Amino acid sequence: MATMEILQHYWWFLVSLLGSLLVFLMFVQGGQGQLCAFGKVPGGRQALIDTFGRKWELTFTTLVTFGGAFFASFPLFYSTSFGGAFYVWIAILLVFVVQAVSYEFRAKAGNLLGMKTYDAFLVVNGCLGPLLIGVAVGTFFTGANFVVDTARIGQVQASAATISHWTTPWRGLEALADYRNLSLGLALLFLARSLGLLYLLNQLDQPALRERARHLLRIDGGVFVLFFLVFLVSILFAEGWGVDSQTGAVALEPYKYAHNLIEMPAVLVLLALGVVSVLTGLVLGIGRASRRGIWFAGAGTVAAVLALLLTAGWNGTAYYPSLADPQSSLTIANSSSSLFTLQVMSGVSLLIPFVAAYIGYAWRSLDRKPAAPAERD
Amino acid sequence: MQLLDINLGAVVDWSRAQFALTAIYHWLFVPLTLGLGVLVAWMETRYVRSGDEFWKRTARFWMRLFGINFAIGVATGLILEFEFGTNWSNYSYFVGDIFGAPLAIEGIMAFFMESTFIAVMFFGWDRVSKKFHLAATWLTAIGANLSALWILVANAWMQYPAGMRFNPETARNEMVDFWAVLFSPVAMNKFFHTVTSAFVLSAVFVVGVSAWYLLRNREHRLARKSIKMASVFGLVSSVFVMWTGDGSAVQVARYQPMKLAAMEDLQQGQSRAPLTLVPGIQVPGMLSVLAHHAPEAYVVGIDDLTQGNPERGLLSGEEKIARGRQAIETFAAFRAAQKAGDRTAADSIARLFDPTTEQGRAFHDDCFRYFGYGYLETPEQTVPPVPLVFWSFRVMVGLGIWFVVLFVWMLVLERRERTEHRRWLLHLALWSILLAYIASQAGWIVAELGRQPWTIQDLLPTVAAVSRIDAASVQVTFWLFAALFTALLIAEIGIMTRQIRKGPED
Repeated sequence: MATMEILQHYWWFLVSLLGSLLVFLMFVQGGQGQLCAFGKVPGGRQALIDTFGRKWELTFTTLVTFGGAFFASFPLFYSTSFGGAFYVWIAILLVFVVQAVSYEFRAKAGNLLGMKTYDAFLVVNGCLGPLLIGVAVGTFFTGANFVVDTARIGQVQASAATISHWTTPWRGLEALADYRNLSLGLALLFLARSLGLLYLLNQLDQPALRERARHLLRIDGGVFVLFFLVFLVSILFAEGWGVDSQTGAVALEPYKYAHNLIEMPAVLVLLALGVVSVLTGLVLGIGRASRRGIWFAGAGTVAAVLALLLTAGWNGTAYYPSLADPQSSLTIANSSSSLFTLQVMSGVSLLIPFVAAYIGYAWRSLDRKPAAPAERD
Repeated sequence: MQLLDINLGAVVDWSRAQFALTAIYHWLFVPLTLGLGVLVAWMETRYVRSGDEFWKRTARFWMRLFGINFAIGVATGLILEFEFGTNWSNYSYFVGDIFGAPLAIEGIMAFFMESTFIAVMFFGWDRVSKKFHLAATWLTAIGANLSALWILVANAWMQYPAGMRFNPETARNEMVDFWAVLFSPVAMNKFFHTVTSAFVLSAVFVVGVSAWYLLRNREHRLARKSIKMASVFGLVSSVFVMWTGDGSAVQVARYQPMKLAAMEDLQQGQSRAPLTLVPGIQVPGMLSVLAHHAPEAYVVGIDDLTQGNPERGLLSGEEKIARGRQAIETFAAFRAAQKAGDRTAADSIARLFDPTTEQGRAFHDDCFRYFGYGYLETPEQTVPPVPLVFWSFRVMVGLGIWFVVLFVWMLVLERRERTEHRRWLLHLALWSILLAYIASQAGWIVAELGRQPWTIQDLLPTVAAVSRIDAASVQVTFWLFAALFTALLIAEIGIMTRQIRKGPED
């Protein structure tokens, strides 16, 4: 493999890893999305706020870094998807913006909108955030409606010089009409909720809250498994977009994603381990209200999502297929940054283990003592 | 295949308005984070070194205000990052190879640091050791300023595109020298100018809030110590602001002469150019000194740049547009040769875009450096809105001078222990908080409006950088953001004022 190819694969791996960490960290969204469900238990609402209010920044930072890394390593995706699927991405941004202020503002005097509004923001972010991100990521497998022609830069008429165009007036909302995208969105939503509940089981001691979390986990865990299975099966049996390694031409291939997993056994094993680990976490949480469920489910989430994203981009696959013009489809080869930029960024990526280490250290230091009630306020 | 039709002019205007709106709101919150973080870390250092609980109480009070401000800055920052993709998709591709890197590095290097240690800073008082907590507070402040470094490097690169070359194979600009991007003189100057100006704003904020306590006859020790510390911090920062401001003037004269001409409303270029303090009052030769550090130097005017000045070797706007079109058409010819399978012709054209060859250097100097002009129709399109840039510059500089006076005054009074007795000055200090925000916004108006119509100086005008979205969609998001940000701003001000009224907790 040439250096460029190695770096393109490395950066797809890193972006996928960031994406999988983001999905795990959306346990914050999943947890805060259940404010109403916990509101009926005395002290439940405040316990949720205290637990997740100390963690939201990290999810948010991972989202920002995921965006930055995607921009730096695959700028054509950034340009095509964000500029095209405009409504979906704007909706995702909006639901994260309202989250960012809610923990800080909700209980403060003079906050203009009142606590109920900020709590509603948290619930909206908790539900729509994972759902919309899931739908958007679903298009990595099912495709989107765009065309790309970089030669348009050569048009002196500015109105004709735009390289990427969306071909439906729905600007990305059409993805909601595909049951596979919707299944992934709903799977992600209920996975985030399940992870949030498992995290609560890990953190809280109050029996009433733990019982409530366990009860809700039965429902959310079950719904997650159902939608995840629908998505996984539909993808494994679906046609995918393969790339000819010689010509770069993109064409439909039956069972492409199933073939990818067979041809990349390490990824298949990662997916299988991830799924088993998530299920183990759910069983531990539902069956015994175990504190360890989050560790199994969290690690499994990272492994499974990483494997799915690698399946979407590696092994000669178009990771963002164009339904309007297959030859416009984005692959890790045709959408990446230059060799030099990928090399520079790879140097910077060596900091990631160091960053992970200090995050772990800081978290451990903070978690040594339980949260005091209404700490932030 | 059906492509959606759009009204390009309206999309550009609304996309610019949306970006400006987000940037303005973002910059309402960021500067306070940058400077207050350092001040809080300084206060906590005094606590750790002296063991005096007063400093802990003081640090915690200002930290609380820091926290309220932090969250909303993060929220608006997220939108800014993604707006490059949603509203400026052509830009994202044309220079994404270079521009994306600082944003990603910001996330990995700075943002994680900030967001991790801010949690320790707020929730770690009783959970971690004193020294670890102090380290977390400093790392939060450093993380915030490191974050600013990468964002400002990215912004400076738009004003002065260095360390890159155009690749006709990919139809985009690609990075060839990372250090040239990071350490370009414009980037370094911009970073220090912007960050130290944020420190000044934070210092004025602390002085102003402390002045309010003195006016209310409350928290005397906290207020006076805070005034002293913030005034020293603000004064030292002001020296850096002036120094880097001088550097900015020289750089703008060299790399963005149209911006300088707009800042001075200089229609005709001239030697021994005067500096206009306000219309009607000029200092002879001063503009030449500031822009070129030489009293006899010629300062380029708007007409020189639009109509040309052969005596000074300045091309007219028409000529630059023609040369830009030639560069664009050369690229189009390259793609046509590639499509026709004429490898020889394609290779021959590709060599023109290689600045390491003599032929490539000549093509770069004659044509490619004007690439973006090729998308324009008239030279007048290269002139930014002069009155707004002109007055914003004066507001920024004038208020900057006032803050120096304020800090010196406060320090003198504090030394004589007379601070509480000058109530009118305390009122002035309080109102200066508003002035600091106005000055800060005015600075960005000069920097960003002054470089219109360019998203990348001379290489990509806004009209060729915008996404193919319909104006109605951007109008909807503009008003949505405007309503949301305004509500959140009102909420933030409400919470801040309540917290200040409440005062530090014992």
